[in-house]
Amino acid sequence: MVAAPPAEGAARLRPAERRGRAPGGRRPGGARRSALPRGGGGGGGARLGAVGPEEAGLPQGAGRGLSGRVAARRRSDGGPGREGAAPWGGEAGSGAEGLGVAGAVSGRSEPACGPQEGTAGAGAGLAGPWSLGCGPGEAEAGPTSRLGALRRPTFASPRFPRQGWEEPAGTAPGRETMPYLGSEDVVKELKKALCNPHVQADRLRYRNVIQRVIRMPKLDQWGQAEVLNFLLRYQPRSEEELFDILNLLDSFLKSSSPGVVMGATKLFLILAKKFPHVQTDVLVQVKGPLLAACSSESRELCFAALCHVRQILHSLPGHFSSHYKKFFCSYSEPHYIKLQKVEVLCELVNDENVQQVLEELRGYCTDVSADFAQAAIFAIGGIARTYTDQCVQILTELLGLRQEHITTVVVQTFRDLVWLCPQCTEAVCQALPGCEENIQDSEGKQALIWLLGVHGERIPNAPYVLEDFVENVKSETFPAVKMELLTALLRLFLCRPAECQDMLGRLLHYCIEEEKDMAVRDRGLFYYRLLLAGIDEVKRILCSPKSDPSLGLLEDQAERPVNSWASDFNTLVPVYGKARWAAISKYQGAEHRGPELPNTASFASSGPLIPEEHKETVQEPDSGALMLVPNCQLTAEYFEKTWFSLKVAHQQVFPWKGAVHPDTLQMALQVVNIQTIAMSRAGAHPWKAYLSAQDDTGCLFLTELLLEPENSEMQISVKQNEPRTETLNGFISVLETVLGTIGDIKS
Amino acid sequence: MISQFFILSSKGDPLIYKDFRGDSGGRDVAELFYRKLTGLPGDESPVVMVTCGGHHDDRHFIHIRHSGLYLVATTSENISPFSLLELLSRLATLLGDYCGSLSEGTISRNVALVYELLDEVLDYGYVQTTSMEMLRNFIQTEAVVSKPFSLFDLSSVGLFGAETQQSKVAPSTAASRPVLASRSDQSQKNEVFLDVVERLSVLIASNGSLLKVDVQGEIRLKSFLPSGSEMRIGLTEEFCVGKSELRGYGPGIRVDEVSFHSSVLLEEFESHRILRLQPPQGELTVMRYQLSDDLPSPLPFRLFPSVQWDRGSGRLQVYLKLRCDLPPKSQALNVRLHLPLPRGVVSLSQELSGPEQKAELGEGALRWDLPRVQGGSQLSGLFQMDVPGLPGPPGQGHSTTAPLGLGPASLSFELPRHTCSGLQVRFLRLAFRPCGSTSPHKWVRHLSHSDAYVIRI
Repeated sequence: MVAAPPAEGAARLRPAERRGRAPGGRRPGGARRSALPRGGGGGGGARLGAVGPEEAGLPQGAGRGLSGRVAARRRSDGGPGREGAAPWGGEAGSGAEGLGVAGAVSGRSEPACGPQEGTAGAGAGLAGPWSLGCGPGEAEAGPTSRLGALRRPTFASPRFPRQGWEEPAGTAPGRETMPYLGSEDVVKELKKALCNPHVQADRLRYRNVIQRVIRMPKLDQWGQAEVLNFLLRYQPRSEEELFDILNLLDSFLKSSSPGVVMGATKLFLILAKKFPHVQTDVLVQVKGPLLAACSSESRELCFAALCHVRQILHSLPGHFSSHYKKFFCSYSEPHYIKLQKVEVLCELVNDENVQQVLEELRGYCTDVSADFAQAAIFAIGGIARTYTDQCVQILTELLGLRQEHITTVVVQTFRDLVWLCPQCTEAVCQALPGCEENIQDSEGKQALIWLLGVHGERIPNAPYVLEDFVENVKSETFPAVKMELLTALLRLFLCRPAECQDMLGRLLHYCIEEEKDMAVRDRGLFYYRLLLAGIDEVKRILCSPKSDPSLGLLEDQAERPVNSWASDFNTLVPVYGKARWAAISKYQGAEHRGPELPNTASFASSGPLIPEEHKETVQEPDSGALMLVPNCQLTAEYFEKTWFSLKVAHQQVFPWKGAVHPDTLQMALQVVNIQTIAMSRAGAHPWKAYLSAQDDTGCLFLTELLLEPENSEMQISVKQNEPRTETLNGFISVLETVLGTIGDIKS
Repeated sequence: MISQFFILSSKGDPLIYKDFRGDSGGRDVAELFYRKLTGLPGDESPVVMVTCGGHHDDRHFIHIRHSGLYLVATTSENISPFSLLELLSRLATLLGDYCGSLSEGTISRNVALVYELLDEVLDYGYVQTTSMEMLRNFIQTEAVVSKPFSLFDLSSVGLFGAETQQSKVAPSTAASRPVLASRSDQSQKNEVFLDVVERLSVLIASNGSLLKVDVQGEIRLKSFLPSGSEMRIGLTEEFCVGKSELRGYGPGIRVDEVSFHSSVLLEEFESHRILRLQPPQGELTVMRYQLSDDLPSPLPFRLFPSVQWDRGSGRLQVYLKLRCDLPPKSQALNVRLHLPLPRGVVSLSQELSGPEQKAELGEGALRWDLPRVQGGSQLSGLFQMDVPGLPGPPGQGHSTTAPLGLGPASLSFELPRHTCSGLQVRFLRLAFRPCGSTSPHKWVRHLSHSDAYVIRI
């Protein structure tokens, strides 16, 4: 903001600029701009303004750039004005580095430029709000163009594309003959233009079409949204063209209609997919409108905005951290908004706001609505992975309320925490005594029993609590609780035999003799026989490493690149949530496929997998020609060693409903030469499998499948011992096909 | 692209049903929607819902709730939720403009008009136009209004403070009539209603320090003038945008962000804070602004709670003192304090400072209603409750720390003739000169209300 005046001053001083301004321009850029200071947006401009005159040493360079741009623009509209070319050569040179409106246009006719001219380039950077940061073109320019690095996100005022344009002649008649159907004719025209190969081939003509379309005064917000949607179909040929288009469309980002702003954001994100800094800048710009929508009076709009905020947070965790207060809930809000807000709060927490966020969340834990209270407790549990001490303290306090719905969730949170953050074990163990009185549901009991079993040596009354459970085992309704009880008691027996021996005997007796549930009975028998094998054997089996340390790390690495969701932005996907959307579209896909392609459908349901897999690998010759070697036998030890030595090369989530049939999966994987190293039993929570495969060049693919039934998705992590992307992609597509086919059979 | 659009009453009865594309099942879709809505699991949001299966293919339901009605659109495409939600609320505004107000009654009285309107706005599921000027050329049906509007119906509380020559107060229902004057009745007045509405969300910590203040303001205009008549709205001259701008002497009226409707001309905004616009008939949000963390005037309410809790007998005593810091001439209406209580509260005895106040228990919370609070006044309430079996931290006897589950208190209220940011409309001038008839009436109203006013205890 400090240096904004020079830039503006330069603009005002230029007579060419004045003249160029459209007389009836309904938005005087200057006034509008200063009236609407944009958070963060000014930063880039300010940096630039400071650098421009100082480093270039040529204050007039900026002015020159400006007038040059005006002329260049006029030229691009009014035909090939050859006479204009010579004076603007200077900044044409800098423009050739891929900047702004003028650069793009004049750079085309005058590509040759001396490196010394690069000074004017600093001014040219102001041309449009969007410019190429450190593009490859820079290397060609002289040393002075190092400035380019500083030129990065030039958010200079958007007044630029607005002024000085003569109205293209073609628009007026169309507008007058068809006053009604405001946006439709525009969209039609655009469609026509985009379908025309001549227009597509010629950058300038395409540019003119866009220009004409977006400047049509009759284009209302619906039309604008439609146009933005259409522009997604065009792939710019070069970087200059790309930034040219971005500059043309910049004003849409400041529209007062959220639909238009989000449409423009999506277009920008997709067009600039190779320029992460541009994407970040767009997301900074859209912050204001999104936050405004989040506090909008319309609940529904607010909800949609919150979903998109979450989407952005997945990639840029700190993006909304300073605005955390906007996401505090008020009691009158509907349930679904509160849940979203709690999720957002949980994701944007950082060192500065953690205290306030936790305090707020603690208030929600005693909410009248049990669902909301539980969501808040789980959210605190999520934050506890980073800020363990504070959260455990709050959770412990909540236990003091002695309310069932709170206690059960807190204990479940504790169980997950102890697993992921072992340092909090001590605190959790101290908090546990007394909880058993307030837990009635299966999940909570399982969590409590698990905790007592695993950390029983630190909880003085653990055997007595378990004893109560053993005594009431006959009236216990949930088999899962009984299974958990068996395991926990056996574990506890190993460290506190004297206190547990008697009741372990009773429990085993009950499970083997009286229990009707087969799983429980088998488990009882198994433990009984295990005990017969001797205590050392039991210890070896039950007390082997407790948790998979890679899991915690993986969860922290969940940051996704912007490009992974850019195409979902401003669609229903974030609103449904990725997992639900995957379920919906899978279902839809199956439905749609049914009538259209009967072959595929019957194929998928009858289930001969082999041809499908082969087809898959054959059909995709560009996937790095992956050939998996049939007999790659890895030992579990070797796998484990390699697994821990490698980094995750690829990670993705695959929609999955219901349980897994390990045998079917194993067989299917065998068919495509993927070996199964280890696999959880059916119905385990979470379900896991470790797979390995090797291709003909000796590259190893190690895979972990993790299925968490509650969010109905399968997490796939692939590690590779040689970093080769093509083969990795090939492997993943094979794996996906197998999983997809298995999933189809089941449903 | 919309497949169907329908309006349901709050009880799920279909009022309006329109199929634009004929690509999906019949009217039972509306019923299906309502069934889904009512049977939704707690953790899913109702805004967007999907149907899978059945004979028709999958459809997404997107709806908004507006004055008790469900306005639902279905689509089978993965379209922009923002645009669609915007369209639905624009439709709600349009229907309100045409029918006077949006309610079950007005919709069912004006079914023909609504269908006609839908026909013009959407064609084959695509939006054609939503602008009033365009539509008025095509809409022939006249709105049926239930009872004739009378200016002298002053029974309801009038909130339109007026800058007009006659310092009259119009009833708050004055603006709810169809925008288009019916052809038979030429006596309709040319009127303009301008509302400055602010929503206040505040969070106050238990030690009284202010954690969050957020003001969302809007200037809303409802014009009954013929389209294209120009008007100028003068705002307070000390109105500053952004942290750095300085205007006038003294602290000024500062907001963080402003956005304007696209029809607003801002030539005089920089110099004189005047908005110039040619509003279409009907309702329109001229300007939106936000202000956070830095409020020029004191907060309207402060709450001083004190809690006595006797663990032995399970007796909980809450003394609430509510001070209204508004200027003495202003008042707050419909003040309601909502205080969640620990579970298991059985009885309540109360001592209130005024006879018109009311307090009762409901849904695990205490509700204290204060119909009218004068600026500068102090009100208090003493509430005693029995909370058997509420366990506490170790310790004996009385304590002044609040038990878990008590609070935070939240207030809801309306402040007529008051804006928290201090923004005022200085004048509203019309360039419009009606031939022969009286000059148009201009009504200006300022109003603040609470969005979330939370005080931790």
